[in-house]
Amino acid sequence: MTSGSSTALERRETRLAWRLMVPALGLLALVAAAPLVATGWESLHRHDVRLPWLGRPFVGFANYRQAFHDDRFVTALEHTVVFTAVSVTLELSFGLAFALALDALARGRAVARVVLLLPWALPTVVAALVWRFLFEGQSGIVNATLVWSGLAPREWLAGSFSAWVPIVFGDVWKSTPFVALLLLAGLQGIDASLYEAARLDGAGSWLRFVEITLPLLRPALVVALAFRALDAFRVFDLVYVLTGGGPGAATEVVSLYAFTTLLQDLQFGYASALAMLVFLMSFMLALFCIPRLRVSVAPDR
Amino acid sequence: MIPSRLVRPTATALLLLAWAFPLYWMVTASLTPESQLFETPHIVPRALVFNHYQALFAERRFWMPIRNSLVVAAATTTLAVLVGAPCAYAMARLHFRGKTWLLAAVLAVSMLPQISIVSPLFLVLRVVGLIDTYPGLVVPYVTFALPLVVWLMTGFFRGLPSEIEDAARIDGAGRVRAAIEITLPLAAPAVATTAILTFLYAWNEFLFALSFTVSPERQTVPVAIALFRGQYQIPWGEILAGAVVASVPVIVVVVALQRRIVSGLTSGAVKG
Repeated sequence: MTSGSSTALERRETRLAWRLMVPALGLLALVAAAPLVATGWESLHRHDVRLPWLGRPFVGFANYRQAFHDDRFVTALEHTVVFTAVSVTLELSFGLAFALALDALARGRAVARVVLLLPWALPTVVAALVWRFLFEGQSGIVNATLVWSGLAPREWLAGSFSAWVPIVFGDVWKSTPFVALLLLAGLQGIDASLYEAARLDGAGSWLRFVEITLPLLRPALVVALAFRALDAFRVFDLVYVLTGGGPGAATEVVSLYAFTTLLQDLQFGYASALAMLVFLMSFMLALFCIPRLRVSVAPDR
Repeated sequence: MIPSRLVRPTATALLLLAWAFPLYWMVTASLTPESQLFETPHIVPRALVFNHYQALFAERRFWMPIRNSLVVAAATTTLAVLVGAPCAYAMARLHFRGKTWLLAAVLAVSMLPQISIVSPLFLVLRVVGLIDTYPGLVVPYVTFALPLVVWLMTGFFRGLPSEIEDAARIDGAGRVRAAIEITLPLAAPAVATTAILTFLYAWNEFLFALSFTVSPERQTVPVAIALFRGQYQIPWGEILAGAVVASVPVIVVVVALQRRIVSGLTSGAVKG
């Protein structure tokens, strides 16, 4: 788009582009954008499917006010934020360790790639069931290992704090590979001659890591951080299957609370407000992240 | 003491072993008799039995969720690729204004929390009678499958040299013909990779499948294994056997396509 006046050729190209895009964009508008607007509209109503005689009165922002005074929602939100912070930190640390290890690997890369890709590619439900099984019961493998090393076993899933352990382990196990592979691609893009020059200048391996690897890896780190944070904030499958939010509501996250309010309590109005809050918070997180993702969104190479 | 040049390979091997262990344990436990599942565990199993798998297919009729998952994932993939590939081609190859914004909007849809659109989708699917049907899952699945296809295919199309297509156009072929006759065959491997990844996403999906199916006859594989219940206790043997079966297509794809998946995964996100 160098010239201001659009030629016939350009107009034809634009027309063709739109013709190719309209089915996809129209479908997305229909199945994603419209439902989102509908959720927003529903969230302004009191709509309890169990009490149909109450109708569906417009209540403005009452559902949102209710949410901010709902201890269960505020607690679920705290859980989600802490879960996101802890898992993403661990995933970035382990992911970086994996990437550095794999970058130096001379043989067995194919095996390493399969071992890493599997947890990431498997259904989250499978990851949740496997980690629940590892931590299950008095003689599950985790407790058996504890006993074997002379420590006391515990009912992991029965404790309001300890129930988080398998959840975080499961998430770290499943998502670290994604981070590792992104960072590995970043590492392999770094010019090897930089390290050579630094070595000639007498820089040790730690200095080379801090002065060359980390700064040049920054874009990949930021992308990984953004994708992981957005994903972890929406966590649902893992918690639903692993603990169901329990014991009590000790591991309940916002998506799960919204889901329960919607399809078990059938409070569609209030649940829509909760779902909108999840959306708005994700959206703000995305707005914070996307400018830092320009590397990947920008059309020109 | 380990010699220092072996520290890194040893640490790498230990990390990889730790990551592989849960899967090893899942497979081993699925082959362990129920009575021994919660006895003192042995890293190398003492006895291997297939009765959990037998029970899975004979008593729980597990072929039903498998069939449901296959149908829904295949239909979702077909629809998303047919609609998404042309869109990706336009976004990668054609010049028009607002392209960056459109691509960002598509990406934004893929970041949409699923829970934020469950309630209207549920109400609409109920009104039109699509709860508990295949279309009732395929339509919601478009919300994540289509952005994935557009995103991956845009990356692939950008990577193809445009000179070939330009040459065909100089020879008198129209833009569309050049795209179909020159670019499409070149993009075939990319279409295949994209289709397979989309299939896996649909195969793995849980929240929509849980929300929009009611009867056990319509459950997909992840929902079925998540909701397995026993009469007195959790039937861990059958659950893990089901988890292994759910993993089989994923394992096949990962082993066969590992390189392509990694490049697809990283090209979309890092290089762009």
